[in-house]
Amino acid sequence: MDTVTVIVGSSIGGVRTAQSLRLEGYEGRIVLVGEEEELPYDKPPLSKSVLAGTATEASICLLNRDQAEESGIELELGHPAIGIDIAGNLLQRQGREALHFDNLVIATGASARPSPWGHRSGIHVLRTLGDGRSLRADLAKGGQLAVVGAGFIGAEAAATARALGLEVTVVDPLPIPMSRIFNAEVGQWFGDLHRSNGVTTIFGTGVEAIDGEQGSFTLRLTNGQNLEAATVLVGIGAVPNDAWISSSGLLVDNGLVLDEYCRAVDAAHIYGVGDVARWRHQKYGEDMRIEHWTNAVEQAACVAYNITHPENPRAYTPVEYVWSDQHDWKIQVVGRVGGKAEHAIIGHPEVHGRFAALYTVDGTNLSGAAIVNWPKALLACRRGMGAGITVQELRQKLEPMLTPQPLRTS
Amino acid sequence: MPVVKADLAACQGYANCVVGAADYFDLDDDGIVVLLKTEVPEAERARVVEAARSCPVSALIVED
Repeated sequence: MDTVTVIVGSSIGGVRTAQSLRLEGYEGRIVLVGEEEELPYDKPPLSKSVLAGTATEASICLLNRDQAEESGIELELGHPAIGIDIAGNLLQRQGREALHFDNLVIATGASARPSPWGHRSGIHVLRTLGDGRSLRADLAKGGQLAVVGAGFIGAEAAATARALGLEVTVVDPLPIPMSRIFNAEVGQWFGDLHRSNGVTTIFGTGVEAIDGEQGSFTLRLTNGQNLEAATVLVGIGAVPNDAWISSSGLLVDNGLVLDEYCRAVDAAHIYGVGDVARWRHQKYGEDMRIEHWTNAVEQAACVAYNITHPENPRAYTPVEYVWSDQHDWKIQVVGRVGGKAEHAIIGHPEVHGRFAALYTVDGTNLSGAAIVNWPKALLACRRGMGAGITVQELRQKLEPMLTPQPLRTS
Repeated sequence: MPVVKADLAACQGYANCVVGAADYFDLDDDGIVVLLKTEVPEAERARVVEAARSCPVSALIVED
């Protein structure tokens, strides 16, 4: 009888695991179980091109029915997984019979952290296609947009809304945006970026309550100020979708806990991929969970390899990589940045239109980098992170590439 | 033999392809992908397809 691999989660991590299994020559059945009715879709454009209306929903489809059939991937959409019977190798689902599996891949992702100020119409989060549709519909009505949270999602949506011509205010309790990720000097430039593009920023201030209704909200801020808005977007992070696993007996601790091969620590035929996966990164010697696209893609490939090569599995040891598009900045972050790491900055946004902030934990070797509008520097950093490079070597390589940009006339 | 194709207009210089298969992909000075080879022997197919699929804007495909 054919072996069966059941994959729970129909977003990028789940879809890529299924495709990579076929690429590795897996000949058993592959069943992809999704909570949403929608065909699998790609999420990064939801705060950018899809929200802006420059890309269609069809263009972000990750796997349509024809492609699924061609690859022998059985789509089981619209019936969320609700539990796992580990001894019986069964995945339990809502409204459908349980599915037998030989291997199970858990790729259920993360959800937007819910608004602590209520969920009524006009107060949005942005994570799913449905979220994107309803936010886009409200932006089309015009009026002020208030964005709570200056992280990637909030900042990207603010930039998109601004480009659509809306008046936008971003509120964040941190005095300097992104300073949880970067150091203050770089974070300050992000604040400047928003303001120079016409976004009003209120930083170092939290939200106490949101009064009123759709079209006429009042955000009561912790500094005593009131902020009026027609629409509110709450972008305050994400939480892993792991609650449904906990009754199974698998170890869950802010994500499904996995070994260095991305196998559940208490069941070697159960794997995890993407935002929900907390695995042991051998090189860092730490358990890590990463909520980024590239990680889901790379981890999916690793898990597919390990399912098809159980006698010779590969440890998953990625260099973290994430990008964000905000206004005319393409921001890319490699490895580990901010915190206590020392940094050197090459280039300046106003002089060169690009910069790279290089971070080192040990004072010598590159441990991470934040790069804006500079693909060659990005590549040098990604290569350097793989092979090992000192900040000094990288500085000598990158500095000659810098030329002052012509002054803007606008 | 399978062949790699690049949509240069779609490329945004994320460099995931170069990290995945540096013998097939590079970036030029403007951060746009350069194909170092286009023909993919069967033995290298899985690796090159994974690298192509790691493009966040689907600018790369491997065609049979």
